[in-house]
Amino acid sequence: MSSVNSNNRAKRTSSSLSRFVQKHPRLGLGALLSGPILWLLVVYVGSLVLLVVSAFFGLDEFTGKATSELTLRNLDEVVTENAYQMLVLRSIGIASAVTLICFAFSMPVGFYISKLAKSWTKRGLVVAILLPLWAGYLVKAFALRAIFEPGSEFGTGGFLKNTIGWSPGFGYLAVIITLAYLWFPYMFLPIYAGFERLPESLIDASSDLGAGSIRTFFSVMMPILVPSIAAGSIFTFSLSLGDYITVKIVGGKSQMIGNIIERTLLAPNQPLAAAFTLWPISIMVVYLLVMARLGAFKNL
Amino acid sequence: MKFVKRNLTLACAGVLALAACGGGDSGSGSMDKLGDGEGAVNLVAWAGYVEDGSTDPAVDWVTGFEAETGCQVNVKIGNTSDEMVELMQSGEYDAVSASGDATLRLIAGGDVAPVNTDLIPNYADVFDDLKNKLWNSKDGVAYGVPHGRGANVLVYNTEAGAAPDSITDMFESDSPYAGKISVYDSPIYIADAAIYLMATQPDLGITNPYALDQKQFDAAIAALESQKSIVSQYWALYTDQQASLEAGSVTLGTSWQVIVNLATANGAKIAATKTKEGATGWSDTWMISSKAKHPNCAYMWLNHIISPQANAAVAEWFGEAPSNSKSCELTADKNHCTTYHAGETDYWSDVWYWTTPTAECLDGREVECVPYTEWVNAWNKLRA
Repeated sequence: MSSVNSNNRAKRTSSSLSRFVQKHPRLGLGALLSGPILWLLVVYVGSLVLLVVSAFFGLDEFTGKATSELTLRNLDEVVTENAYQMLVLRSIGIASAVTLICFAFSMPVGFYISKLAKSWTKRGLVVAILLPLWAGYLVKAFALRAIFEPGSEFGTGGFLKNTIGWSPGFGYLAVIITLAYLWFPYMFLPIYAGFERLPESLIDASSDLGAGSIRTFFSVMMPILVPSIAAGSIFTFSLSLGDYITVKIVGGKSQMIGNIIERTLLAPNQPLAAAFTLWPISIMVVYLLVMARLGAFKNL
Repeated sequence: MKFVKRNLTLACAGVLALAACGGGDSGSGSMDKLGDGEGAVNLVAWAGYVEDGSTDPAVDWVTGFEAETGCQVNVKIGNTSDEMVELMQSGEYDAVSASGDATLRLIAGGDVAPVNTDLIPNYADVFDDLKNKLWNSKDGVAYGVPHGRGANVLVYNTEAGAAPDSITDMFESDSPYAGKISVYDSPIYIADAAIYLMATQPDLGITNPYALDQKQFDAAIAALESQKSIVSQYWALYTDQQASLEAGSVTLGTSWQVIVNLATANGAKIAATKTKEGATGWSDTWMISSKAKHPNCAYMWLNHIISPQANAAVAEWFGEAPSNSKSCELTADKNHCTTYHAGETDYWSDVWYWTTPTAECLDGREVECVPYTEWVNAWNKLRA
């Protein structure tokens, strides 16, 4: 008796709003999602659209501010100028090299940790790989700078120069090595997760059917891992493509797309800088479409 | 109050003198006399120019000013000249310490007003070779007071060979320092290439490294392109060059005296000199906004920052030559003015101070010169 009464009381005291939402579940969902979706559209997508649109504005030469006249001059400069085309190709080259290096290291390491290591070794190694993420970007970059410092007959070099007598010095090689070091955990994690998801039974079945380990690796494991590799490569490629801080720290006089964007923005010439950003944006759109075809987004 | 009354008397005397001379000003409104302080002043300045003890308790030339004049100092640090131009365009600030690549833009844009130097007693003691120059005046009317100056010196490693003195060592591929050269990473460096051409290709007819017509400009860019192969560093942050000088990976470069001092203090075996063909340099100017809400306090600040004591303090802290001739006796390091060549007019006679290149040639020629935005574009392409 008393429980029925209390139930009735509970129903009567529930708010009219919750009763309304219960009757119209779609409206409730809409209201819940409207905030985040609005943020996504207005702040995130909206600012990207503004950026792309601003590339088509001219520049007031004296004040350095964008004018309201629309022009294709910036786009023309950015696409046709030979020096900039070389810059873009170089940046793609560096980003690809970094991705390949991270991939080459992640595969054997991921395989070992996932399939061969014992439980405590496994945990310890995963922690060891993820630990550098706790150190800041700048800390790691400057540490590598100290390692690469070439010095000369007039001054002491860095770690490499002093221990093995040689250093690659500051330049593209140092940039690639540093970026590969910085982004390695981002390539490792998806690949490691892919290995973990790989059923042991498949490998057993493959050897039962007579395949050697190499054949098993390429015909059984790789196809299953391709989405994970693609997902990991998105991080390393996109982060390397736009990087400009590492270049300034260990790159000597080398330049990537990010540097010229920064330089142009500070000139100041914001519309031209926006035109430069169209390069990495288009490259990444193409890259993401290719990676999506490879299944990267199915298990990101 | 006493300070204000003293200035009032001087101002009135100044106005009478001005009236007697019949000297004209450009009419866009420099002040005729100084009134009472408005209680505050908003400044845009380079880091290190307006120190009130918060960076280092011993470094303070603001608190005394505030107590004496009642003008509370609010400072906004500008990181680049372009940022400072933008801030002044907003009309919310009273005064700015502008470098040569900003001053002409501010004058042309009407963002700063001519300065009545009679209202600034300490202006009389400023070195004469800094007054009414290309970058701080227009048609003979002063638009600001000089804060100090510095030259872009040639720094070299003393153990790398005989001391260099020529700009050709920075540009030619057979330079003994090839592969260890450090260059300032800014479009304004094109002027240094122009100085190199003034010495090595006189038939180009360059008379002012900031006034380059298209042919001269292309030649300068060509010189910079061929320089790329011997350059190992383009520095933007002074700490970059300092680190390389200490490590010995740079043995020749364009530098500032303050970098040379810091690196020497850390053991680098280096010395600095000025190239015999001339060099670029810089001199910052304190200018007053045409929309200043606190003009009296602004004038008082200008007078204070170029007063012997304050100018000596800031020149030593920042690492430059003071603009007030009386500051040299007041620096803590008695050799400061000698190191920075403060009073040596001969030293500065072939220094080309940073100025904004404009389409209207700065040397007065009738042809069209390359404006600064093109300098920026060309530098971008060079560095890409």
